[in-house]
Amino acid sequence: MTDITLTVNGNEHELDVEPRELLIHTLRDEMGYTGPNVGCETSMCGACTVHMDGDPVKACTILSVQADGSEVTTIEGLGEDGKMHPLQKSFQEEHGLQCGYCTPGMVMTGVGFLEDNADPEREEIREALEGNLCRCTGYQNIVNAVETAADKMHGATATDGGVIEEGGD
Amino acid sequence: MAAEEADTSEGVRSIDADEVDADEILGSAIERREDPALLTGDAEFTDDIQKRNMVHLSFLPSQHGHARIESIDTSEAEAMDGVIDVYTHEEMDVALPCGFQLEGLNDAPFPALASERVRYQGDYIAAVVAEDRYTAGEATDRIDVEYDRLDAVVDPVEAVEGDAPTLHEECPDNVAFEWDIGNEDETKQALEEADEVVEIELENQRLIPNAMESRAAVADYNPSDDELEVHMTSQNPHLHRVLFTLTIGHPEHKTRVVAPDVGGGFGSKIHQYAGEVLTAWTAKRLERPVKWQATRTETYLTDAHGRAHSTTARLAVDEDNSITGLDVETYANMGGYLSTFAPLIPTYLYGPVLSGAYEIPAVCCHVTGAHTNTSPTDAYRGAGRPEALYVVERIVDKAARELGVDPAEFRRENFIPPEKFPYETPVSHPFPYDSGDYEKTLDRALEMVGYEDQKNRQAELREEDRYIGIGVSHYIEACGVAPSQQWSDWGAGVGHWECSVVRFKRTGTVKVHVGTSGHGQGHLTSFAQIAADRLGVPYENIEVVEGDTDEIPEGTGTYGSRSAAVGGSAIAKSCDKVIEKGHELAAHQLEADPEDIEFDDGEFHLAGAPEESVGWADLAAGAYLTGDVPEDMEPGLEATTYFDPDNYTFPFGTHICVVEVDPDTGEIDVERYVAVDDCGPQINPKIVEGQIHGGIAQGLGQALYEGAEYDENGQLLTGSMQDYTVPKAMHVPDIETDSTVTESPHNPLGVKGVGEAGTIAAPQTAVNAVVDALEPFGVEHIDMPLTEERVWRAIHENGGGD
Repeated sequence: MTDITLTVNGNEHELDVEPRELLIHTLRDEMGYTGPNVGCETSMCGACTVHMDGDPVKACTILSVQADGSEVTTIEGLGEDGKMHPLQKSFQEEHGLQCGYCTPGMVMTGVGFLEDNADPEREEIREALEGNLCRCTGYQNIVNAVETAADKMHGATATDGGVIEEGGD
Repeated sequence: MAAEEADTSEGVRSIDADEVDADEILGSAIERREDPALLTGDAEFTDDIQKRNMVHLSFLPSQHGHARIESIDTSEAEAMDGVIDVYTHEEMDVALPCGFQLEGLNDAPFPALASERVRYQGDYIAAVVAEDRYTAGEATDRIDVEYDRLDAVVDPVEAVEGDAPTLHEECPDNVAFEWDIGNEDETKQALEEADEVVEIELENQRLIPNAMESRAAVADYNPSDDELEVHMTSQNPHLHRVLFTLTIGHPEHKTRVVAPDVGGGFGSKIHQYAGEVLTAWTAKRLERPVKWQATRTETYLTDAHGRAHSTTARLAVDEDNSITGLDVETYANMGGYLSTFAPLIPTYLYGPVLSGAYEIPAVCCHVTGAHTNTSPTDAYRGAGRPEALYVVERIVDKAARELGVDPAEFRRENFIPPEKFPYETPVSHPFPYDSGDYEKTLDRALEMVGYEDQKNRQAELREEDRYIGIGVSHYIEACGVAPSQQWSDWGAGVGHWECSVVRFKRTGTVKVHVGTSGHGQGHLTSFAQIAADRLGVPYENIEVVEGDTDEIPEGTGTYGSRSAAVGGSAIAKSCDKVIEKGHELAAHQLEADPEDIEFDDGEFHLAGAPEESVGWADLAAGAYLTGDVPEDMEPGLEATTYFDPDNYTFPFGTHICVVEVDPDTGEIDVERYVAVDDCGPQINPKIVEGQIHGGIAQGLGQALYEGAEYDENGQLLTGSMQDYTVPKAMHVPDIETDSTVTESPHNPLGVKGVGEAGTIAAPQTAVNAVVDALEPFGVEHIDMPLTEERVWRAIHENGGGD
C-alpha cells in the first residue's frame, strides 16, 4: 500500500492505495465520486474522463500512485456556486444526453476543448470527441451543445466581425 | 396540443417546461427532468451502489468456443487472500429458461455454470467471490480449467448441413427450430408466372449492442425477513423478478428488483443472464451484499448479440412494375444456447413485416434457427424488423435497378394506398397494419434531399469520374408490443400488457407509477406530459416512477418501442378513470348531478356555470381527508389500469442518403442523411428527434462499421472496442429530420413508437446509396459492413476501377 495525496474538486485527501489501483476506481469506490463512469477496459470509451491538473484525462489509464499530488476535477466539481457550467446547461437545452452514462466524461472533454477553442467548427468538435463514445444520441445534439456553449462562453461573432458580449445564459 | 414546427435545418428547438402553457404540454419539446442528476454526477448507476460488508463477484468464461471440460481446479484461487469462495456447477446447478416456447422448438438446457461442456466462448465455468473487485478478477485468472477441445461451427448454414459438430443432443443437426409463415403455394406460383424474378443473397451481420454501461448487479439478502433485493441493469424489473423465482427459487413476493439509472440497453438488458442470476444466488448463500460489474470484454462475450441472419430472397414482378410475390429463406444464428426471447426474434418479429410497405398478394418465409458455437443472439434494437426491412428494401431496390425504374417511383407504385388501412398482408395475420400514408413521407424526403437535383448532380459527376449515390428506403415496422393472448399462443411465457397506477396525493399532486423501465428514453418527462395534459394538473405537480418492483405493482418493461404506446396508454386510461371518479366527487361536492358536471383544464364545473367549480386539490382533500365522498363510493383518488393492446402499432417513414464513394480507396463519405418518420402524435418532439438520431447512428454503424466476427474455432476476433467499431462522433453525419403524423387507432394516445425506427431504416438506406453510386461498375450488392476493403473489392471484382 502507498500513501498518496489527491486534491479532488478542491478538497485535499490523504489516501492509502494499492500500486495497481486505477485512479477511476479510487475516485469512485474509495472517495465516492461516482460521476465519472467505467465503460471499457481498453481506454476507448472515455466515460471515465476527468480533469487532472487542468487537462482532460481518462482516469482508467492512470494509476492512483501516478496521480499523487495532482488536482483532479470530476463532473461533480464542474459547476460553481450551485450553478451548472454553461456546457452542462447546453447539454440540457440541446438534449445532448439520453441514458447519461457517457455524459460526465463527454462534458469534461468538452469543457477542456472549449477552454482552448473559442469558436469551433462542427467537424472540429466531432474530432475533439473522438475519445468519447456515445451509443444513444448519435452525437448530433452533443455537437450542438458544444457549439451553443462556445457561443455562450466566448461570445458570438457579430455580422460585422465584432464580438457580441453574451450576458447570462 | 402544441404544434411545434420541426425546423429541419436546425432540428427541434427545446423549451423550458416553465415556459409552456398547460394546454400545450403534450407535444411540447420540453427539457428533460432526468438531466440535472445525469449532468452533475448525482445519478446512481448500479456500480455506484455501495453497501456495507459488500463483496465482489467475478466470472471465468470459457476460453474456447467448443470443448469438453475435463477438470476445474479452483484450489489456487480459493487459497488467495481476500477470496471468500469459488463456485462451479457443483454448487450451483441452475438453468436459464427460454421464455419463448415456439411450436416445435428443440429447447436444449442453458446452464448458468457449465458442467461438462462449453458451447461458446463466454460460457461461464466458475464464479469467484472476493472482498474487493481486483482480488476477484485476479483469482479468476488462477482457476485452472482442463479443456478437451472440440471442433466448432460458427456459420448457421454450415451448422445444419449434417456433418457439422453437434452442440446439443436435443437439437439434431443443430436445428433449434424450423418455422414458416405466409401463403407458400401462391408465392411459388407468383414466382413461376412472373415476368421478372429478382434474386438476392444477403447477410445481416452479427452485432454487439454496446450499451455504454456494461451489465451489473448488486444483490442483498436479509435472512431475518427472507427478502432478496437486486439492483441491476434491467429493462424490465418485473420480468427479471419472476425469472429469479423460476431459476433460484426465491419467492416472487419476497423479491425486489430495482433498475437504478441504467446506461442504455438496446435490448441487451431484457434477457436473463447467468451473471445477474449468480449474483442473486450468491447473496442468498453468503447473506452478504454482492456486487458484480461486467467488464466490457466480458459483455462482448456474454451479452446477447443481434441479427446474424443469412438470407436468400426472390421477388416476383409483373411487366407493369407491380410486385406479385416475395419468397424469403433465412438461416438465423441462435448461438450456443437459446437466450430468453431468442426464438421470437427471427420468427414472429421478422416474418410478419416482410411485405414491407407494399401490396404484395403472395409472401412466404421459411426460417431455420441454428445453434453454433457463438454467443447466443436475442433482441437488439429493432429485433427482427431491421432484418426484415433490410431484405425487403434491398430486393425492392435491386428490382427497380434491374427493371430500369427509378427506385423511389417503383416504391410509390407498390405502396399500400392510405384508403386500404387497416391492411392485412399474407404474413401479418392476425395483425393488420393500423394506418399509414406512405407517399407523404416519401414526397417530403424527396423534397428535402432535392432528389432530382441530386440525380442531375450524379450524372454530371460521373463525367468527372466521381461517384455519388442516392439511397432511398421506406420502412414500416410493427411495435408497441404486444397483444398478450396472441403472443402467448405463439409461445411467449409472459403477457405483454402494461400497468399503471395514477394516484392523487392528499394535497392534490400526482404520482404516476408505470411498469415500463426507461434507460435513456426520458419517460419521467414524457409520461408526466401525458398525465399533465389528461388531468389538467400542472406538469411540475406530477411525478413519474418506474423501475422498482416494490413501487410499481406490476409491469412488463421497455423494449419493442412499447413504452409510449402501451405504457403511456395505461397511464392515459388510469387518468381517464380518475377523471370519471372526479366527476362523481365533484357532483357530490357541488351538490349536483354527475351528468351536469363538465371537466376542462383540471377543473370540474357545472355545465353552463363555470364559476361553480372545484379543482383536484378540493377533490383530493375530500377523497382522503374528510371522507366527503358519495355513499356508494370508496375514499381515495386513484386508478389502476392494465392495458393490453389489441394490435401492434405500425410506424413508417422514408430515409434518403447521399454518399460519395472513392473508387480508388473504397472510402464512403455520407454527404446527407434525410429522415422523415411517422410515429403518430409526438409527446415530446425533442425526445423523438433524439431517438431517431440514435437509431440512425446505430443503423449506419451496422451499414458501415460494425460486425462481430468469429474464427472457425468459435474465438471472438472482435473481442474489445479496439476491434469492434462503435461509431464515434466523426463517423455519424448530421441528420436532417422531419415527420408526418398518422395516428394509430389502437391506443388512446394514437402514438406508434419511435425507439427502433432509425435502426430499422438506416442500414439499407446506406447500402442502397453505395450500390447506386457504384452502378457504373456493375456492383449489385455488397454485404455490410461496407468497409473500404469490401467496397474496393466489389468494384474491382466487377472489372472496374484501377
